[in-house]
Amino acid sequence: MLQVAVKKRLGALSLDAKFELPTPGVVALFGRSGCGKSTLINVISGLLDADSGRVALDDAVLLDTAQRLDVPPERRRIGYVFQEARLFPHFDVAGNLRYAEKRAGSPRFVGFDLVVELLDLKPLMHRRAHQLSGGERQRVAIGRALLSQPRMLLLDEPLASLDASRREEVLPYLEIMRDQLAIPMVYVSHNFEEVLRLATYLVLMEAGRTTAQGVIGEMSLNPGVRAIIGADAVGAIVDGTVLGTDPASGLTRVGVGGGELKVQSTAAVGAKLRVQLLARDLIVATQAPQQLSVRNILTGFVTGVTADEGDADLIAIDIGGTLIMARVTRAATQELKLTAGLPVWALVKAVSLRSHVTRVPR
Amino acid sequence: MTFCLSANESEALFLSLSVAVRSVLLSLPFAIVLAWVLTRRQFVGRTILDALVHLPLVLPPVVVGYLLLLLFGTRGPIGSWLQRGLGVELIFTRNGAALATAVMSFPLMVRAMRISLENVDRGLEDAARTLGAGAFDRFMSITLPLMLPGVLAGAITAFSAALGEFGAVITFVSNIPGETRTLPLALYAALQTPGGDYAAARLAVISIILGFGGLLLSEWFARRVRRWLGR
Repeated sequence: MLQVAVKKRLGALSLDAKFELPTPGVVALFGRSGCGKSTLINVISGLLDADSGRVALDDAVLLDTAQRLDVPPERRRIGYVFQEARLFPHFDVAGNLRYAEKRAGSPRFVGFDLVVELLDLKPLMHRRAHQLSGGERQRVAIGRALLSQPRMLLLDEPLASLDASRREEVLPYLEIMRDQLAIPMVYVSHNFEEVLRLATYLVLMEAGRTTAQGVIGEMSLNPGVRAIIGADAVGAIVDGTVLGTDPASGLTRVGVGGGELKVQSTAAVGAKLRVQLLARDLIVATQAPQQLSVRNILTGFVTGVTADEGDADLIAIDIGGTLIMARVTRAATQELKLTAGLPVWALVKAVSLRSHVTRVPR
Repeated sequence: MTFCLSANESEALFLSLSVAVRSVLLSLPFAIVLAWVLTRRQFVGRTILDALVHLPLVLPPVVVGYLLLLLFGTRGPIGSWLQRGLGVELIFTRNGAALATAVMSFPLMVRAMRISLENVDRGLEDAARTLGAGAFDRFMSITLPLMLPGVLAGAITAFSAALGEFGAVITFVSNIPGETRTLPLALYAALQTPGGDYAAARLAVISIILGFGGLLLSEWFARRVRRWLGR
């Protein structure tokens, strides 16, 4: 369990953050640029002094200003992957990795060869930082942080300085870290796409304060998150397990909540799949639909109606314990008399569903 | 015509090199520490210390030599202690000449190092810190290697300045052939001797070759180090 409750004034920013994360897990610190995300993880790492507060990781208290306890960063055993990688220019890749290995604490949970293998660093070993691409640099930085045998990894927008195609050179490796090493991570980002792929928990930050937190599925429906990602990106995120392949359509069957979704995916049976159901892609029907091309028909009932941007409404629907959200015009809301408690069918085309594998079966 | 060095000339040349090497070795560690303290530490009296380091740059060299005589002379507070405690003789010796040149070139050395140190990315030191490196470890493994271009530039500048130092040396340790008569002092002595024009000209040529070679060498070194740091 990571417990953070700190206060810090820095220039115009007044940081007042409080959150808890069950470990291991990936918590995303999500918010607009300049809301204090980086300041917060600098305080967690110890590189920045807090005015007051407490930071504890499992049974180790790292900071407790009330007890005048402040473990220096070099003894906190927290790995830090910076936005600009910060590789040492006077060492090659191997030298950077050895630097961390030599100073690592115990117990050691990951060896040099395993890190090199997981991150595909072998072909880079004798290159210097300036001979690496941005994505390669970040992979080395991740490897270096891991070799210091940290109890936790902080990542400060490690993909922010990379263009979209370069991000794909790093993201899969972060997923491997999460799944194979089960190391707790705090991931700072203002990119919801990344958060979606990596995080299990989301902490929302607004103007220096942590305003909401929870598992990612719930948080994807949070109004504060909605305000940042925009109406078109709003939607439910549901985690499910791959059940098999639908013989008729060739689509992958994913069990979610009480129902089943069919998505385009190559994931193996047993893999955990995270499916994003964008509110704008969902169709709501008040009668059982027939003779449609739509592959996914979920049954549930309306739990609430809230006004969205323009003349649209967001309809929250409970499908067997999982909440999803549909965006419909206000005229449709009135015509179908959508109110809390009404049984409905939610329809979504398989081709409009985006899914990410969140855990590979062992 | 070949340019063969006379016994006196080679004596002055090697003495100059010997004094300059001693001077650089003596001042190097102090300069690194002071450059770091002046760049990275905030404390009361920092401005005073900064001014004190730069003093030899603005004082007439004769004044520096005189102050050294007061402090390090046989009856001076430090000089007498050095002589009785460690048996180190400074007056009229090449070690004394090295001390005088070290003091004179010290500000140049510290300056070059500070510029280099200011360019060292503190973010790299923070990164080392999160990897478990303590303060001294960080300095030795990250800061010092990255400020090496400045250390080298400072050492070479100081070395060249040490070869040419005149006023402080002649005031502090006098002009003794074979012991403190370095190239500039030999040149001065030649000019004082009737008919010594030719000898003076030859010494001047040696000084020019030495200085020019030093500049080329420092440029070559700087380029090597930059490449090593990947810049």
